[in-house]
Amino acid sequence: MKREPPRRLADYAPLLFPAAMLTGFFVVPFGIMVAVSFFRRHQGGFYTPDFVLANYERFLTPFFANVLGFSLLLSAMAAAACVLLGLPFTYLLTRLPRRPQILWLVALLSILSLSEVIIGFAWSTIFSRTAGITNLLVALGLMREPMALLPGFGALLTAMIYQALPYTILVLYPAFARLDPTLVEAARTLGASPIRAFLNVVVPALRNTIFATLIMAFVFALGCYLLPQMLGRPQHWTLSVLITDQAIYQSNMPFAAAMAVFLVLVSLGLIGLTLLVGAKEEGR
Amino acid sequence: MAGLVLDHISKRFLNVVAVDDVSLTVPNGTFVCLLGPSGCGKTTLLRMIAGLEAPTAGRILIDGADITELPTHKRNFGMVFQSLALFPHLCVGDNIAYPLRIRGRPKSEQQARAAELLELVRLPGFAARPVSQLSGGQRQRVAIARALALSPQLFLLDEPLSALDAKLREAMQVELRQLQQKLGITTIVVTHDQREAMTMADLVVVMGEGRIRQVAPPIEIYRKPADAFVADFIGSTNLLPVEADPAGRVFAAGAPVAGLAMPGGLGKAVMSIRPEDVHLTRTDGAAHVGRVTFVRDLGGTVETFIDVGGTPIVAVTTPRERLALSAGDTVGIVLPAECCVVLAS
Repeated sequence: MKREPPRRLADYAPLLFPAAMLTGFFVVPFGIMVAVSFFRRHQGGFYTPDFVLANYERFLTPFFANVLGFSLLLSAMAAAACVLLGLPFTYLLTRLPRRPQILWLVALLSILSLSEVIIGFAWSTIFSRTAGITNLLVALGLMREPMALLPGFGALLTAMIYQALPYTILVLYPAFARLDPTLVEAARTLGASPIRAFLNVVVPALRNTIFATLIMAFVFALGCYLLPQMLGRPQHWTLSVLITDQAIYQSNMPFAAAMAVFLVLVSLGLIGLTLLVGAKEEGR
Repeated sequence: MAGLVLDHISKRFLNVVAVDDVSLTVPNGTFVCLLGPSGCGKTTLLRMIAGLEAPTAGRILIDGADITELPTHKRNFGMVFQSLALFPHLCVGDNIAYPLRIRGRPKSEQQARAAELLELVRLPGFAARPVSQLSGGQRQRVAIARALALSPQLFLLDEPLSALDAKLREAMQVELRQLQQKLGITTIVVTHDQREAMTMADLVVVMGEGRIRQVAPPIEIYRKPADAFVADFIGSTNLLPVEADPAGRVFAAGAPVAGLAMPGGLGKAVMSIRPEDVHLTRTDGAAHVGRVTFVRDLGGTVETFIDVGGTPIVAVTTPRERLALSAGDTVGIVLPAECCVVLAS
């Protein structure tokens, strides 16, 4: 269905409400944050309006560059893992009869009701030496004695995937549910094995959805600030952790704001780049 | 045995029997139409032949080899789906060449084959077009070309023309039949449209409630339906309750049908006579006399609805042989014995 392009000013009226929401809850707070990032900080947690670049200068050190790099890498890995796990899972989920589908979706939604704190503590118990899964492996005779699996990169990544996977599946689900099942059947009658049919019919047909999901999972993972502290070592702390640390514990709002602005810009840049690459492949 | 053999095939979904003990032999090179109302199990039967559903019981053989357990992608049958199922992310040429790509054939061969098939379905030069820019009829042709890309052993089509408008559908029926005759490929089409079946098929398989009701060439199905279900489903017909009189003649609508004897042993039955076989005459001397209730003059044909002692009969005539009748007139009716089929009810 093709819509008429808007011609008169009144045709834009439906945009007013979303525009107002976006301005009120995103543009204005973000503008305040950008402003604060240029303010001058005083000892004792106060800051005064000013225009100084000191907060950004302080950021340009190898230490922060490393943290930024690690944050981006960790989020990208978590997002990639979520999509890789979510794709076959969602595909198989949409093949199920309606009732089990609903049960699965309810279960996934209930994970979303858990806060990052609860997820962090749950995984720190599961990975602990005294009560964790290694005890189970010992009981099964697969391991000699229980060991702690945390703190560490693996534990951190696992928990981040656990947290982002339900979102990934819920974003992928509508597209998969709408996909014509005869596309896969057609591929099979043309000689493609079921896995092959999935890879070269389902995945390309849903390429845009998959791209969007990847970006969403990436941005979601970037915002993680408790899990790195609970499950990782200090070298696994992400920029979000440092921002929290500066804003809440060091009371250095301008510096925290500067870091946050920088993180937003870098992730926007990366997303733009991904979209650009995607568009280029589309036009091929 | 050369060709496709279905050997006592059944399919149950939970407690619904979709296909009930179907046996059928399709010789190589035959064009078969599976015809029946929706829900009669014809699509399920086709999907079992394609390997997309597993039969609950029975065997499927092709040229003597049992393929019941063979997965779909190893069967080499071309299939056209009702939704057509063209891959939206591929252009026309890549859609058609997909089965060759799967098998790792060189790019040049893929392109050559796609061009050849586009020529065959009369869409030359369409290879680079995106699928989204095609009309309904063009998509149809691309789907057919793709299914034929590997010269399959069997060509299966599930309601392939149902998305097209009436005029295009009729043209495609003729085209599909000509294509099949040119390639000599064994073809099975599922349809609920009896005109479609009559146009294309060598052999019509009428199905109802999961069972095969009759297997015969189209004109025989039309002229000699096996039972009331087939007679009623194929074209329009008059189904008259009849009984045998003491002399063994067939009594219909209160009078005997001249020259028609009741098949042995039947007391009560149903008689089918096609509307175009009902002759209208003047009232004097006619065995049956009725009152005209409605005349539908369609220009090319005239349908006359007549009430014969409580039994409705429809007669179809051409304007040339039409008596000047209107509602309320009385008219004589001749039911020629050679056109009447008595069916056990």
